[in-house]
Amino acid sequence: MNKISTIKELNNNGIQPEVLFWVGCAGSFDDQARKVTKSFTNLLDKANVSYAVLGTEESCTGDPAKRAGNEFLFQMQAISNIQTLNSYSFSKIVTACPHCFNTIKNEYPELGGNYEVLHHTEFLSFLLSSGKLRVKKPDFNGKKITFHDPCYLGRANKVYEPPRDVIKKLSTEINELKNCKEKGLCCGAGGAQIFKESESGNKEVNIKRTEEIVESNSDIVAVGCPFCKLMISDGIKNVKSKKELVVYDIAELLDKAI
Amino acid sequence: MISSVVFVSIFIFSISVFAINCKRIYRNISLGKKIPNIDKKQERIKKTLLIAFGQSKMFDRPVVGFLHLIVYVAFLLINIELLEIIIDGVSGKHRSLAPYLGSFYNFLIAFFEILALLVIISVILFWIRRNIIRIDRFIKNDLKGWPKLDANIILYIEIILMFLFLNMNATDQILQNENFNNYLEYGSFPVSSYMTFLYSDLSVEAVFYIERASWWLHIIGILFFLNYLYYSKHLHIILAFPNVYFSNLESKGKLSNMKSVLNEVKLMLNIDPEHNSTNSEIERLGAKDVFDLNQFQLLSAYTCTECGRCSSECPANITGKLLSPRSIMMKTRDRLEEVGNNINKNKQFLDDNKSLLGDYIKKEEIWACTTCNACVESCPIGIDPMSIILDIRRYMVMEESSAPNEINNMMTNIENNGAPWQFNNQDRINWINNN
Ligand code: SF4
Ligand code: SF4
Repeated sequence: MNKISTIKELNNNGIQPEVLFWVGCAGSFDDQARKVTKSFTNLLDKANVSYAVLGTEESCTGDPAKRAGNEFLFQMQAISNIQTLNSYSFSKIVTACPHCFNTIKNEYPELGGNYEVLHHTEFLSFLLSSGKLRVKKPDFNGKKITFHDPCYLGRANKVYEPPRDVIKKLSTEINELKNCKEKGLCCGAGGAQIFKESESGNKEVNIKRTEEIVESNSDIVAVGCPFCKLMISDGIKNVKSKKELVVYDIAELLDKAI
Repeated sequence: MISSVVFVSIFIFSISVFAINCKRIYRNISLGKKIPNIDKKQERIKKTLLIAFGQSKMFDRPVVGFLHLIVYVAFLLINIELLEIIIDGVSGKHRSLAPYLGSFYNFLIAFFEILALLVIISVILFWIRRNIIRIDRFIKNDLKGWPKLDANIILYIEIILMFLFLNMNATDQILQNENFNNYLEYGSFPVSSYMTFLYSDLSVEAVFYIERASWWLHIIGILFFLNYLYYSKHLHIILAFPNVYFSNLESKGKLSNMKSVLNEVKLMLNIDPEHNSTNSEIERLGAKDVFDLNQFQLLSAYTCTECGRCSSECPANITGKLLSPRSIMMKTRDRLEEVGNNINKNKQFLDDNKSLLGDYIKKEEIWACTTCNACVESCPIGIDPMSIILDIRRYMVMEESSAPNEINNMMTNIENNGAPWQFNNQDRINWINNN
């Protein structure tokens, strides 16, 4: 594995990387999401993309604070992140978290942060279509892969096809869920829900969504969000299913096939 | 002559009441915060044509979409007939337009009759869906009582109006055949000709009275319906147009950045604020009551059709939580009406010690939202229930500090160590070295 540089190191050496990889809090601290972070950096290495991370200069985008209603805290986070970002040069930001993606892309510009922002599935789909990445082992043929649309990638930003384009390179078809794309059911994590107990009801949202995934009779459920990954893997532990179902991020799947 | 006077009086009275109601709605909506300048007018007009006029979103569910389209198209087109009815009513003549339109008149009447029949069929199917099949979103708790009755009343009114229209034509034909008074042979009646048998045993005079009664009841029914709108979810037939026009064009994930907060944040971070914030009035952050919402949100409250598409896709609602985005809209309207009535009575708003949050909407509802945008996506007329939820959260967090403990912990973590969990920021790069 190549050494992962910080943007500070590269810029100091006069190098402007193509990609600033925004790792996100989940991608940095959560065990499951870290695997995605690793897979994604592996793929960047394999595609010979020059990239860097902010390292310890990265801080929460403010998404959970904003969606919990704390605009002060959000703007404090946003403005100091923008100050950091504006002090470096890179050509685009790529992140594996749809919440970070949405916030930096849509909410930072008004506060002075204007960047080209891509979700990692968009960037991976680009790397595949431009030939920088080639699938060597489409090992998943025969396995039914489905995709769970993250709310903040799909409905919020209308990014439906790029993750599917990646899956199509790995499997002859996508075993679509009944509720997908615009109608995709939330995993239950967004809007700061993941940080609290849910209100009383008759079911947890992640269980409901996992049941829908189990009904689709898939072997693999691909996701594109660290929070969806957490919620659904927790769901899988609690929902009975006839066959084994595993959850992987798109980056993890692709990394296995290259 | 007398009939003309009676007609004109009833007509003017109904239109005046309608105008008063419209003014009230306008005044109540104006209680909200102004919306910033409306840009991209062309794009908005296109969207309105597509979604409100063209009903494109209704076809997410094709069968109801089609039935709804029939009722809607018929509603628009049969209004052409209304024009003649008004002219007849004022002039005291019968079928005033017929001599001018010739055979096209026959075509129009035949066309309207077929539409009327299709409307009756569609409305019966709607009634069955609501009352016999009992589709989930129509029998939920938030629709109990008046909303459920309202929905059925509308269906009954529509059936009655269409029946009266056909009945008018059925009796008219009999009178035409009998060469009764000024009933000249105009019109072509593909549907109502099957109804004439109903009256075959009656005298011509009796048929004449039935014809007149149908005519009067029909127009009175329409004028009643016009004034019923204000009390009903049926306001959407008018308000869906402005509501779609003013709805959000940007990506659904983008939440507004509150300007009032920005200045303070810039001060705290020692960045020059755009203007001196000392002279600006300190306004309430977020929303506690309808006054704190913006005018688009209040317009939406009046526009909501209570169809429940939003709630039927809401992850919180379908897993049995109290939150229902439909009921967020309905409660906003109820509170706004209460405030409006208070103003009608007292000339200005007298504090009633009530508010939208607390007396109408419970905290438990507000905290169950995952901000997933499913409600916004599914609304056929561009309503954004999530924005109201978020504004109330802002009030609870920034004015009341009443967020659930775990949420407060999450926010403290972000403040202290830049992540929603309690991790040392130096550990952010641990993933690089560990596996
Ligand atoms: S945004 Fe909130 S209210 Fe709307 S559907 Fe999602 S959870 Fe329900
Ligand atoms: S907000 Fe929209 S989707 Fe929800 S009930 Fe009202 S009209 Fe229907």
